[in-house]
Amino acid sequence: MTAVPTDRPTIDTVERAADSPDITQPWQELGLRPDEYGQLREILGRRPTSAELAMYSVMWSEHCSYKSSKVHLRQFGEQTDEMREHLLVGIGENAGVVDVGDGYAVTFKIESHNHPSYVEPYQGAATGVGGIVRDILAMGARPVAVLDSIRFGPLHAEDTHRVLPGVVAGIGGYGNCLGLPTIGGETVFDESYAGNPLVNALCVGVMRHEQIHLAKASGEGNLVVLYGARTGGDGIGGVSVLASETFSDSGPTKRPSVQVGDPFMEKLLIECTLELFAEGLVTGIQDLGGAGLSCATSELASAGDGGMRVDLDKVPLRDVSLAPEEILMSESQERMMAVVEPADIERFLEVCAKWEVEATVIGEVTAVSDEERARGGRLVIEWRGERIVDVPPRTVAHEGPVYQRPFARPEWQDDLQADSAARLPRPTTGDELAETLLRLAGSANLGDKSWVTDQYDRYVRGNTVLAQPEDAGLLRIDERTGRGVAVATDGNSRFTKLDPFTGAQLALAEACRNVAATGARPLAVTDCLNFGSPEDPDVMWQFAEATRGLAVGCRELGLPITGGNVSFYNQTGDDPILPTPVIGVLGVIDDVRRRVGIGFDRPALTLFLLGETRDELDGSEWAHVVHGHLGGRPPLVDLAAERRLADVLATAAESGLLAAAHDLSEGGVAQALVESCLRHGFGARIELGEDVDPFVALFSESAARAIVAVADEHLADFQDRCTATGVVHQRIGTTTEAGPDATFELVDQFTIPLADLHTAWRSVIPQTLTD
Amino acid sequence: MARVVVDVMLRPEILDPQGKAVSQALQRLGFDGVTDVRQGKRFQITIVGELTDERLADLRRAAETLLSNPVIESYDVQAAE
Amino acid sequence: MRIGVVTFPGSLDDVDAQRAAMLAGAEAVALWHGDGDLRAVDAVVLPGGFSYGDYLRCGAIARFAPVMESIIAAAQGGLPVLGICNGFQVLCESHLLPGALVRNDHQKFVCCDQLLRVENTSTLWTSGYSPAEVVTLVIKNGEGGYVADEPTLERLEGEGRVVVRYVDGNPNGSLHDIAGICNERGNVVGLMPHPEHAVDPLTGPTADGLGFFTSVLKAVAA
Repeated sequence: MTAVPTDRPTIDTVERAADSPDITQPWQELGLRPDEYGQLREILGRRPTSAELAMYSVMWSEHCSYKSSKVHLRQFGEQTDEMREHLLVGIGENAGVVDVGDGYAVTFKIESHNHPSYVEPYQGAATGVGGIVRDILAMGARPVAVLDSIRFGPLHAEDTHRVLPGVVAGIGGYGNCLGLPTIGGETVFDESYAGNPLVNALCVGVMRHEQIHLAKASGEGNLVVLYGARTGGDGIGGVSVLASETFSDSGPTKRPSVQVGDPFMEKLLIECTLELFAEGLVTGIQDLGGAGLSCATSELASAGDGGMRVDLDKVPLRDVSLAPEEILMSESQERMMAVVEPADIERFLEVCAKWEVEATVIGEVTAVSDEERARGGRLVIEWRGERIVDVPPRTVAHEGPVYQRPFARPEWQDDLQADSAARLPRPTTGDELAETLLRLAGSANLGDKSWVTDQYDRYVRGNTVLAQPEDAGLLRIDERTGRGVAVATDGNSRFTKLDPFTGAQLALAEACRNVAATGARPLAVTDCLNFGSPEDPDVMWQFAEATRGLAVGCRELGLPITGGNVSFYNQTGDDPILPTPVIGVLGVIDDVRRRVGIGFDRPALTLFLLGETRDELDGSEWAHVVHGHLGGRPPLVDLAAERRLADVLATAAESGLLAAAHDLSEGGVAQALVESCLRHGFGARIELGEDVDPFVALFSESAARAIVAVADEHLADFQDRCTATGVVHQRIGTTTEAGPDATFELVDQFTIPLADLHTAWRSVIPQTLTD
Repeated sequence: MARVVVDVMLRPEILDPQGKAVSQALQRLGFDGVTDVRQGKRFQITIVGELTDERLADLRRAAETLLSNPVIESYDVQAAE
Repeated sequence: MRIGVVTFPGSLDDVDAQRAAMLAGAEAVALWHGDGDLRAVDAVVLPGGFSYGDYLRCGAIARFAPVMESIIAAAQGGLPVLGICNGFQVLCESHLLPGALVRNDHQKFVCCDQLLRVENTSTLWTSGYSPAEVVTLVIKNGEGGYVADEPTLERLEGEGRVVVRYVDGNPNGSLHDIAGICNERGNVVGLMPHPEHAVDPLTGPTADGLGFFTSVLKAVAA
């Protein structure tokens, strides 16, 4: 045990708080509003102690309480029977869980770590991965894969060269060291993310149904165990205000504002925790993330049927100068909290010792009277033998303030939508079309991302069937049956700016399409909603519209949203980022051997374009890259057509009819063909038909479309299925030979050597970043 | 309590890509006159009691066997005040 | 035939190595770093990963694990030992193999499919390949640059102890494009590429890596 400092600070106990109602407290510095502080005093019937003030201020922050978004997120809870069919655990737990068949359950969730990744790109991104992995672990699952959706300022911008390599190395450094394959995600560049990059990490975990664990403290006398890394002064920022007040003369040591991740510790924590689960030693569990012990204790105590008493002196510290408020707030990484029956504690500690993970009993589950339960349970925390927290935990964790932020359609929205890309000059000749195609393929957003993704281990654990640059990551979860899951993340913030309702639905539709293109059936949704300040009515309108679009879209597709994250205040000065809902979709495939990749793998395959193409170029990559233009209306959303398309893709894959399939999105048919050709080096000969505008056919970004490659023997069967399902299908050409003479040919327009396309596509990112 | 500092450096003949990158960055930032940078590791070791010659020899052995890999690295052990 | 796969704290590819051993027809036996008992295995694989976080130097702490004492002794007696990636680093740190592995020259972690030429088919782990066979395996490492002093390199080349070499591009700055080497006796092989990730085209680039495991199986049975 560490020695108690001799110059004891005055402890702000519950008794002292009750006796000194008029002391001025730094609630304002901690980010609380006057009415929130008032609400807090009302709940407690006295002024809060400084430890309580610390807890409430962080738990009632936007980040933890969702106070601005809650009223909008409620729509996600309105579910149809279809949406509930596979849902085992819904929103509100660490992550949602869905049934994927054969007794398997899959949990997945996406979360943002935007601001920390700007401040310290490597550690910010690394701890972002670490945090979401612990969320998945806390559900009882073995984490099995990670996807990362990252967004930066322009590729050529100086700050991008500082932030991007650090973020990518951080994601790789943490994920690779944990032994989790990174199987997908996105890398996107746009002016609006300069100074405010987005780092959204998604983790997938697998378990058997009976292994699902929940964050709850139950069973009077059960023990509360804190295990993993020691607690230091990481990420406690504002709370130091309190620390400096309660500390006597010797002030606290300098607190780091950056959290540092230890992936090795996390790997041990994973293996240790899974062994604890396997031996049935865990009654309730919670990871420690944002708001650290404040969050874990209040959430555990708030759920379940018991109260909780914690002895804060027992918390193992890395820095013994920490004040109790700081211990409660610390965001030190790689820590977990478990509720354990007394009979199991000895074995629990043995398992931890085997993995060299420090574990300490710091409290116990207490009985709660009916009256206390009605008030929100009871959480008591002691320090140096004195009571410094005595609160109804539900009021900390779940009953924070809720705001109806004002929102209004921005004044500029009409002008933006009126400014269509239709007025922009379009390429007309074959040469101009060829030049446009090459320019797009070699642009930052459409170019090859392997400079990024080759820094991630995609092979570890030996179950990765598809990974980037495929449409979705596909993972085997049962080696015997071949059962697997597919996951994709998508977002199109340019469309969302033009129309947030439609833009969010387009992201949802695209993620579903990507999952379906691999042969899997979409099952559930997670979302990471990245927006500017909720205090700006324009931004709040974007948020309200996007969530409404998402809720309506999910109902129409029959997919539940199982969890996710809201990130507000993404802006540089007064300029918010483009509204960026990033949508993750999980799908299931009965046998991964039936999966379909994007690459053409032989000549003489017939190529079909599925779905309808309209003249939809507003917000397109063509408008962005060639004209630097953003205006008009996004492509039409037809979710019924998306469902039909997904259905045809999945059933055709099941029957082994597809040699390749690729979703159509940014860059349209042209870009999809480029990627499918370059994957294995086979060429393509495309014939569009006489009455078709080749520019629109190549570059329109109409939704609900895909390209598939079908071998001769399956042609009739495939076409019959499309007809039966009502999916428009049009033959657009064939694949041609590979080799040095391979070409991409648009009949009557142009022929481009594949080698030229490859060079343009492959070199843009490495050339810019390696200087 | 006494303190010992162990510095571990890559041997001069071994390529040090990190040092090279730092050197190039310094030149880019206009720190003229920098011709070479080598990046190494420093271990600050705290021991109980006094630092005797025997203890120091012990720590030299630690530096030789664990803290450095003599195939690629050299080390230097110093008492710190 | 029992192939032992060691798990150090921070080992990551141990499950993959076990799977590869089983696919080759062997029984996979888990060996724990803290336990010196080799459980009567006929061969040992030191798998990839970041043992002890690789915080000091890759493989530097793992070398002192109790299980390594037994493995070092057994290897000197002829036990077939294969070190993959981090396992190769452990073998170098243990001085079962000469040289060392340093940070990639481009300073980035790299994960990609890599062409290699099998240069020595007389080791216990590569006898199933044909001479100069070109195979595709996965590489994934941040510190995979092989270095040794000039006399050591000369000796390795002269004695045919370069087991696999990178072709069509050197991914990490390894001297002489060396991807893997063996000891004098040919029972201890270390390489940076991951044969255990290339045992089934469904989940790897090829099944080219299976040969390492079938080779040792045949060698032990003989």
